[in-house]
Amino acid sequence: MFSINQLVFKDIINVRKLEIESGKIYCLFGESGSGKSTLLKMFNSMLTPDQGKITYKDESIADLDPIQLRREVVMLGQDPIVFEGTVRDNLLIGLQFAAKEVVANQVLTELLKELHLAKDLDEEADKLSGGEQQRLAFGRVLLMDAEVYLMDEPTSALDENTETVIMDLFTKKVRNAGKTAIMVTHSKGIAEKYSDEIIYMTDILMKEGTLS
Amino acid sequence: MNEMLEMTLWQLVTAYIFIVILLAIVRWRKIPREKEIIIATLRMTIQLVLVGYVLMFIFENEKMIYSVIVIIIMEIFAVYNIYKRTKQSLSRDLKKIIAFSMVSGTLFAFLYFDFIVVRFSPWYDPRYFIPIAGMLIGNSMTGITLGVSSLIEGFTSRKKEVEAALMLGAPPKKASQGIVNHAFDSAILPTINSMVGMGIVFLPGMMTGVILSGAGPMDAIKYQIAIMLGITGSVSISVILFLYFGYKTFFNNHAQLKL
Repeated sequence: MFSINQLVFKDIINVRKLEIESGKIYCLFGESGSGKSTLLKMFNSMLTPDQGKITYKDESIADLDPIQLRREVVMLGQDPIVFEGTVRDNLLIGLQFAAKEVVANQVLTELLKELHLAKDLDEEADKLSGGEQQRLAFGRVLLMDAEVYLMDEPTSALDENTETVIMDLFTKKVRNAGKTAIMVTHSKGIAEKYSDEIIYMTDILMKEGTLS
Repeated sequence: MNEMLEMTLWQLVTAYIFIVILLAIVRWRKIPREKEIIIATLRMTIQLVLVGYVLMFIFENEKMIYSVIVIIIMEIFAVYNIYKRTKQSLSRDLKKIIAFSMVSGTLFAFLYFDFIVVRFSPWYDPRYFIPIAGMLIGNSMTGITLGVSSLIEGFTSRKKEVEAALMLGAPPKKASQGIVNHAFDSAILPTINSMVGMGIVFLPGMMTGVILSGAGPMDAIKYQIAIMLGITGSVSISVILFLYFGYKTFFNNHAQLKL
């Protein structure tokens, strides 16, 4: 699905080769500052490499329309972001950004239950706590029905129990729909429990393998 | 009643008593602003006297070229002033957009005002041309300055929000909609507010001038209404042009935020 060849970005990234297959869940695992988030951003053209090539479905990402690409390869950033408006506005805004059809209230209410978010759809989103905002951001991304999900430390603001609930929900949805996910995490436990493959990063090259 | 009240030089000098009072207050309160107040007063006086001589020359030698030169100087000064008054650093692209929107927005509004609304005769009559161009350009300058600051501040403080939107496939236009709308508000609000307070809170400069020069209040008001509408038009067109093109300078060809 993705193929990386001799990818260089500043002094941060130098990746010789990497293949991402469709229908799998990957974890990018490595120390802080090893370039995990930077690399993740290149999969949907949020960053452009200085050298080398990254392809998606055999086409160079540099040649693809970045906006269309991001509608298929959605990303959830490190900090949970809430947009102005209600919980409903926040869930639907991704679909509106991507000019996709919005879903019914019933679907949203169901999703809130799955996210263990006991909130009303009409509640103002900025009143939510950090953890609740992160779950809301998760919900927004899950609604996007994308091909690939890029998740950068998606559970950083959650306690352990909620993290399990959310990760179970997310991976179940991704697997059931036969989609692909690439997650960045610091947590060894998350990487081992939820991913099909762990990609360990070093400063110079990237290897497939187990955690050291 | 219809004659302009003459003011002698001595009468004018007595008005400087306000500055003397101000200086006494700041000295008494130990506020270190005496130098600034003196410089500002001197600059205001010298600038206005010089402008007086220039206007006298232009009014006596009514030529199209003089009016055109004056408007060009005003535009250059206004653009330069926006660059100077904006605290944040401006990219080269943004500077170009500021100049373009300032000049085209004010010129469009001004020419409409000149040829359609008031119909000066001749169209470059400096008695109308210069003060009205000055008012439109001055207000647009303030509007764009506020818009520029708000736009840059918005992109800086809401960077993560814009990126979150881009990550979900939002085009740059949608991702920056909130910031652009807010910048438009900040830029246009002073003009809207001044329309609301007009006549009740204060008598605007142009009306005061027209009344002082001996015209009846209703004539002065007609001019004032027209000029307020002209100012609103000029500010809105320049600000809209600036924002329409300006937000794009924050993104590159890959729809990535440049900040």
